[in-house]
Amino acid sequence: MSRTERRAPWLFLSPWLLGFAAFTAGPMLVSLWLSFTRYDMLTPAKFVGTDNYRELFTDPKVATALGNTLFFTVLHVPLQIVLALVLASLLRRAGRAGGVFRTLLYLPVMTPPVALAALFLLLLNGQTGAINDVLGWFGFTGPNWTTDPAWVKPGLVLMSLWTVGSTAVIYLAALTRVPPELYEAAELDGASPWRRFRHVTLPMISGTVYFTVIVNTIASLQVFTEAYVMFYGNAQTESARDDSALFYVIYLFQQAFGSLRMGYASAMAWALFLVIALITAIQVRMSRRLVHYEGEVR
Amino acid sequence: MRTRGRGVALAGLVVAAVAFGYPFAWLVSASLKDRAHVFDNALLPVPFAPQNFVEVWRAVPLLTWIGNSVAVGVAAAVAATLSSAVVAYGFARHRFRGRGLLFGLVLATMMLPGAVTMVPVYLEWHAVGLATTQVPLWAQNLFGSAFYIFLLRQFFLGLPSEVFDAARVDGAGPLRTFTSIALPLARPGMVVVFVFELRSAWTDLIKPLIYLREPQFYTLPRGLKTVLDRFGQGGESQWEIVLAASVVATVPMIVLFLCAQRYFVRGLVTQHVEQ
Repeated sequence: MSRTERRAPWLFLSPWLLGFAAFTAGPMLVSLWLSFTRYDMLTPAKFVGTDNYRELFTDPKVATALGNTLFFTVLHVPLQIVLALVLASLLRRAGRAGGVFRTLLYLPVMTPPVALAALFLLLLNGQTGAINDVLGWFGFTGPNWTTDPAWVKPGLVLMSLWTVGSTAVIYLAALTRVPPELYEAAELDGASPWRRFRHVTLPMISGTVYFTVIVNTIASLQVFTEAYVMFYGNAQTESARDDSALFYVIYLFQQAFGSLRMGYASAMAWALFLVIALITAIQVRMSRRLVHYEGEVR
Repeated sequence: MRTRGRGVALAGLVVAAVAFGYPFAWLVSASLKDRAHVFDNALLPVPFAPQNFVEVWRAVPLLTWIGNSVAVGVAAAVAATLSSAVVAYGFARHRFRGRGLLFGLVLATMMLPGAVTMVPVYLEWHAVGLATTQVPLWAQNLFGSAFYIFLLRQFFLGLPSEVFDAARVDGAGPLRTFTSIALPLARPGMVVVFVFELRSAWTDLIKPLIYLREPQFYTLPRGLKTVLDRFGQGGESQWEIVLAASVVATVPMIVLFLCAQRYFVRGLVTQHVEQ
């Protein structure tokens, strides 16, 4: 092997290696160090030991924000997964006609979240919103989704389901790869549609479901844009005052770029990192029991 | 049995289509209503008020924001596509010690929550004096991005090795093999990356919120947030203006998807091929 050939791979990899140092590894170390300091960007950072981490446990807003975020995640992820599975199954059965519907289901994913948030502020409005109109047809009186502290987060979850299309398309691809012989065999054995789903479909796509659960959970724990657009910014809203839509990253953002408390925000970021790592680790452990891998020997 | 299943599926999809399509219909319709009728939830805009789109044009520098969004979006997409292709090719077509480990590290960064590096990366841009410019919105893409590296690596791995052997026999060096053989063959994969990143840069709010201070530098989503604060929520209650601006921000992405749908689907499908 010539010298150029030996050096070539590192040449190709160099952009990523540089980027990893400058935008991932370096920043993480800087952030770790900052989390033990007080730093407002105007005066030099001052070492304060574990003060920031101790404050995390006594700051009531951190508890509120973490609670709100977990609440959102626990509702959003399972609903998103189930709805995506249902829609993907429908698309799979619809055959060629499914294409048009697939396009329509994906369009919300293309909508900028800011536009989506502005739109849903009005659709979710308790008095004039179309969503409560529809509930009214069935005799329900809909809540004040955008102002009632008890209903703000369910409203955001409802809204988040509108962008289920990307997960549904991933599931559709996974469903298409399930060998048809498996269904034929199950049908010959007289398995009901539910049993076919439970014992053929679900095991065959469990790897994909697992992947989307992890990715969706990590994203949900960092939920920011929609809630920020709807309730924060220059306009002071009811929900901003009562903290019912204060999600963890919103509070982190406020601490960092509003109050310039870079040290405290860094400690918040590391705490979030640990929470996410812990939840992901639990999911990975659980997956060993629940996920079926093709060709695996047990 | 089969046809009944298909009928039920189609019926279910029609219900879903109404539920998922209705908000779009509502948005477009309401953006064309006058102030008194914005909240009437009627499907058709009566009276018809297209002047909302003229008014929003007059009230805010919409054209500047569109221009900024296009510039930032294209810069982000081109940078991500080229740099990720270079890195992906290194992983796919070259053998070297530690390749598996390093690729594992690339994949691991996909799981890293972006919120963790938000503050220190801002401080870096601040240190080099670029924290209030548009540069941080796209320049990080010059260094490759994990998901796109993964995606393009799949494309390069799928290319027949004979063409590379032939290039070698012809005496082409590693760089020429990459630019004249690999890149042209991987074009569909690069289009996937380009459209994904264009969408992601166009729709992003969090970076513009952190970095952009002057309205003349705003991208569309950042501008739209200002429009919402001023004309909608707690502002002058001119929601028809907010909705017209929302339509302007959304339409380019709808067009992008309709033109490049198969690339979006391909990207989503590749996402989980290798688990």
